[in-house]
Amino acid sequence: MEYLRSFLPENRILVGANISPDYARDELGAVESAPDVLVRPQSAEEVSKILSYANERLLPVVTRGAGTGLVGGAVAVSGGFMLETTLMNRIVELDERNMAVTVEPGVLLMDLSKYVQDRGYMYPPDPGETSATIGGNISTNAGGMRAVKYGVTRDYVLSLTAVLPTGEIETFGSKVVKNSSGYSIKDLLIGSEGTLAVIVGATLRVIPLPSEIVSLLVPFPTFRAAVSTVPELIRSGTDPTAVEFLTREVISLAEDYLGKRFPRIEGDTALLLTYDGFSAQELRERMDKASELCIEKGAYDVFIVDTEERRAAVWTARGAFLEAIKSSTTQFDECDVVVPRSKVADFTECVNELSGRIGLRIPYFGHAGDGNLHVYFCRDGLEETLWEKKLQEGFDVLYTKAVELGGMVSGEHGIGFAKRDYLAQRLGPNQMELMRRIKKAFDPNGILNPQKVCT
Amino acid sequence: MNIIVCIKQVPSTTKVEVDPVTGVLKRDGIKSKMNPYDLFALEQAFLLRERYGGTVAALSMGPNQARDVLYEALYMGADSAVLASDRRFAGADVLATGYTLSQCVRKMGEYDLIICGKQTTDGDTAQVGPEMAELLGIPHACNVLSVDGFSEGTLTVKANMDHSVYTVKMKAPCLITMEKDVNTPRLPSYLRRKKRGDAEISVWGMEDLPDQDESHYGLTGSPTQVERIFPPEVTEDRECFSGSGEELAARLYSLLREKKRI
Repeated sequence: MEYLRSFLPENRILVGANISPDYARDELGAVESAPDVLVRPQSAEEVSKILSYANERLLPVVTRGAGTGLVGGAVAVSGGFMLETTLMNRIVELDERNMAVTVEPGVLLMDLSKYVQDRGYMYPPDPGETSATIGGNISTNAGGMRAVKYGVTRDYVLSLTAVLPTGEIETFGSKVVKNSSGYSIKDLLIGSEGTLAVIVGATLRVIPLPSEIVSLLVPFPTFRAAVSTVPELIRSGTDPTAVEFLTREVISLAEDYLGKRFPRIEGDTALLLTYDGFSAQELRERMDKASELCIEKGAYDVFIVDTEERRAAVWTARGAFLEAIKSSTTQFDECDVVVPRSKVADFTECVNELSGRIGLRIPYFGHAGDGNLHVYFCRDGLEETLWEKKLQEGFDVLYTKAVELGGMVSGEHGIGFAKRDYLAQRLGPNQMELMRRIKKAFDPNGILNPQKVCT
Repeated sequence: MNIIVCIKQVPSTTKVEVDPVTGVLKRDGIKSKMNPYDLFALEQAFLLRERYGGTVAALSMGPNQARDVLYEALYMGADSAVLASDRRFAGADVLATGYTLSQCVRKMGEYDLIICGKQTTDGDTAQVGPEMAELLGIPHACNVLSVDGFSEGTLTVKANMDHSVYTVKMKAPCLITMEKDVNTPRLPSYLRRKKRGDAEISVWGMEDLPDQDESHYGLTGSPTQVERIFPPEVTEDRECFSGSGEELAARLYSLLREKKRI
């Protein structure tokens, strides 16, 4: 403590009971454990001093952004230090000639989006949780709805400044567009969930802000009819920004949660497509082509979501799905699998079958365009041991199915604490060993986010 | 039940600039859309049509590009659309607008109900609907929350009076203005757009209306004199306080007292 006080003011060091219980868990709340000391650094130098100190004494250090994670990635399961980055929230520079914005890790995604939008640019990664920090987004390689057209966080990180566990402050990558200069350590850090280094700065690529954005809500009689249209839509050259699927069940949950009715549509499942561009005429041609394709594949109709009010009616519901499912039950756990987009219906059929067989409510929604599904096991009135048992069985069945279909354990939420076993099963001993050796190269004493991702 | 729904094209942003010299709204280059309040009026009309049969006609006044919102009404489900468009209608205040629309209604023939949005997002007067009703000599109710029934030529509605809700029974034909957020407006349909194409809007000028007296329309028919239009003053004054929760609460309380907010 004395050491921390030598370079940090008292109000940025919290100990024991002064640490809010919020810091002991994340958004999902499945794993709880409080850090011993919570530190709120404001500079890379402060982070460096803390890491050097912890490294010499073999003390665990967990980095936390806004705590919106869903896999326990930022929970201090071994106690120790927690570095909370939300005070490092400056937008340092917008370099318009290189279309690059430099930020500190604690900048919230919503603030970054607004900042660049006000200046005519877009930062495309769009995970639903906009109160997350950009540091957290980078650490999990967050994806989101616009991944279909624009890709994920990794595709927009030009360079990262990070503090190694041994205290060195290094910048990986630069504003260059091309780079064949050795191993891309920057890309290793992206998605490493705070296990390799502490990110203290990032330079991100931005693109010109599209002037036209229109969504299409497309109801289909069945789930399979809806999702089997998706690969053709992607192939059609209409270039959708987002392709989401919405089931009747989850729409109803969102209606109850928001106390607002969703625009009336027929059928069991709807696709929600978004198109963006710079010319209304050109956009309309692409949307008409997509609409024709959907009708041909059995859609009841295609509804146009083109104004602020209409976007609010549809997208507010879509944005509330997670909270709506959460509030519909006593406890829930999630599975963020990703499968090839041609296999989405096969996977959800397995979910439906499982739900009936083990008697557990399992609503789901997700990104049809990139095969990333969010599947939620709801405990409802179930007794604890039975819940644990069914949950375990459920996870086993779904991850096994995902692997069988050529999928991966996590599309965008990460592995953290909760999904380690499933990662190990998916990747096998050789790849896990490779990961452990990489981890060791960065963090020889294993102080950074222990017991996460690969152990 | 034959219903006429009045709709208006408004700027799609609330950040419209005012020319400081002429005091005129700068509309050039600003995208437009249907007045959001009118969406609830249209949806109410469609719901009544589903229940009682009949037709829904959309009516608007404006320049040629106001066709866009009428097409939108058609794609949402309206059966027909009328645009009152004539240079001589331009510059109308609420009275002249109400008068022009009421003339259109007279030409449109038999109807049971006129539905308007409670107000528009650009004018915000909430007067055109009630004025139309007065000019047509029919009963009206404003800020309607729900239409509860229509039998034997009598419409029963609940109207929001802010501190109370009135149940109103009116003989048809009558006029109501819809409160916002009382339903979820349906979305425009691609299939309807494809089927209906880009035709089918009746455009009426002064010659088409029963009253041919030019002095009743547009700027000349408008008794309202606008002295000055100016954007509201925008201030970004702010004070930041720091301290413990209790200190902040006390500080905030005294400030609100001082400003007479509480």
